[in-house]
Amino acid sequence: MLHMERACLHLGRASLFCGALILVFSVGFLSTVMAQEETFEKPLVSEQTPAPPGVPEVHDTPYDAGGSITIGWTLSADDGGGKNIVTGYDILRSTSIDGEYQVVSSVTMGVNRYVDTSAQDHTTYYYRIRALAGDFFIDSPPSAAVHSSQQWYNVERSNLLVIAAILSFFIIFYITRAKKGKKLFIRRIAGLEAVDEAVGRATAMGKSILYVPGIQDLDDVQTVAGITILGSLAEMIAKYDTKLDVPVSRSMVLAAARETVKQAYLSAGRPDAYSDEIVHYVTDEQFGYVAFLDGTMVRNKPAACFYLGSFFAESLILAETGNSIGAIQVAGTAQPAQLPFFVAACDYTLIGEELFAASAYLSKEPRALGSLKGADAGKVLASLAIGFGVIFETLRVLTGSPAMAKVSDFIIRLFSLRF
Amino acid sequence: MRRRIPIIITFVVGTALILAMFIPHAPFSSLDENLSVYFDIIAVFAFILGGGNLIRVHLVKIQRKKVDWPYSIVCIAGFLFMLIIGFFKVGGPPGLRGDFLAEGSWFRFMFEAVFNPLQATMFSLLAFFVASAAYRAFRAKTKEATILLISAFIILVGRTPIGHYFTFWLPKQLEFLHIPTLANWIMGWPNTAGQRAIMIGIALGVIATSLRIILGIERPYLGAEK
Repeated sequence: MLHMERACLHLGRASLFCGALILVFSVGFLSTVMAQEETFEKPLVSEQTPAPPGVPEVHDTPYDAGGSITIGWTLSADDGGGKNIVTGYDILRSTSIDGEYQVVSSVTMGVNRYVDTSAQDHTTYYYRIRALAGDFFIDSPPSAAVHSSQQWYNVERSNLLVIAAILSFFIIFYITRAKKGKKLFIRRIAGLEAVDEAVGRATAMGKSILYVPGIQDLDDVQTVAGITILGSLAEMIAKYDTKLDVPVSRSMVLAAARETVKQAYLSAGRPDAYSDEIVHYVTDEQFGYVAFLDGTMVRNKPAACFYLGSFFAESLILAETGNSIGAIQVAGTAQPAQLPFFVAACDYTLIGEELFAASAYLSKEPRALGSLKGADAGKVLASLAIGFGVIFETLRVLTGSPAMAKVSDFIIRLFSLRF
Repeated sequence: MRRRIPIIITFVVGTALILAMFIPHAPFSSLDENLSVYFDIIAVFAFILGGGNLIRVHLVKIQRKKVDWPYSIVCIAGFLFMLIIGFFKVGGPPGLRGDFLAEGSWFRFMFEAVFNPLQATMFSLLAFFVASAAYRAFRAKTKEATILLISAFIILVGRTPIGHYFTFWLPKQLEFLHIPTLANWIMGWPNTAGQRAIMIGIALGVIATSLRIILGIERPYLGAEK
């Protein structure tokens, strides 16, 4: 009985051993078949396998907010030359040099640079570049270790910082001078001199004044300038007891313009003349707003129309309608493409910077006037830079001197902005 | 204090945004983007202010039977109609996630069949206004207007195929007088120079205005305080 049991045990062990052997052989056989199939799909080495790309050069992308690594590599010899079979590259990434590499992205043939923006800061990565040629591929050797990090200062914008600092210095310097009571000369701006005339005319004719602060929201500095000018103008209008109409196309502008006009009427000593109906909302839609303004102009025939702010295609529609009703028109915008339309159709146009100078000019507030002088100093600096740039570039072309080329390049770099 | 707090906030936020131009590190890197989102959120709430103002102004007009008051009825009716069909997604997919501009919705129909043609009509007026403004601007009354007229003529003709046929026969030595070449020269040199001069002035004006706002010298957001 005992022998029988031992025999069964041995038989059982033998069966188990045989089973294990069969399993091992089966797995081995299957893996070989699968490997063969994989090799069949993407053989690693063949005549159609391209030459490998060079070792990737990797570095943390400079002056950024982190999470970015720049990878560069030498193209495969079979990309654009040799067998000319490379169709593209896969960028592979791993957290250990011998670990499993995952495809992060792909680029087409001829491209030898990629910025990986999916990196985690302070995690070490290794990169390989895989050259693809149809079903065949080959990997480059792994790159050196690299990790991304955030930087605290963008060196490439140093020139901008210096220019901004100089301009700010001049503006603050002149503001301080103005505060101390130094008299500042500000040149005459015809468009702003005409404001008195326009308001006077409207008063004499007993008609209203239409003020349009542009079609952009309060986050546009032109709208801010338009609202500031409205403050000075509304005070004058309140003193003359003339009717003011300010239709706006943005709700935020409605709130700011209403406060501005209310304060202006208070300052003029005419709070009784103020009404919430002076500033009213029309629509955010560009041409819906234009339709309203055109209708208002044609029906009410205001004596003076002011368009001060940011305008687009509607500039000419408004200005021509105002012209057709014989209103005095003063326009101002910092949209260079719209300036010709205003110049053609309006009586006075504030060109670019004049729009921003207008509020200071009208208010005669010394600190605001000081900032205008500061901006003028900036213009002098810009003119000098342009003058020197033209001289050195001309000399470089005429003489071919490397020294002139260096100076010329320096001036160009100084005023080149990199974003 | 009611005025000082907004001025302090403006100064701090303005300065931080300037610094963000030069500091790529968090939190400065996303400051501009985040503040734009805050602005959008405030703007959305301000829509209620705008819509409320629109209804109030027109209701007062109807109530007091002011000039052209029947138009105010049309305005309010249109406003409420669009608000209701958009809010309840009439004709469109139901539920909160349904797109109010989905195919077949009333809002989309009104947008495409009424609103867009009206917009296009207003925009098309520009063609006639360009003609009338050009006629006035190009009348050769002064020396400057004459130069403008000649330049405009060269550019207009130079940008059309006929410009080529006018002067294609010119000998090589006089090629610079070929009308398309002259048009390109005017656009590429005097025009670009003028545009750049304006752009430099605008940039300086923006810097000066921004500094006035940051330093609290100009504060239109608080009303024009004296």
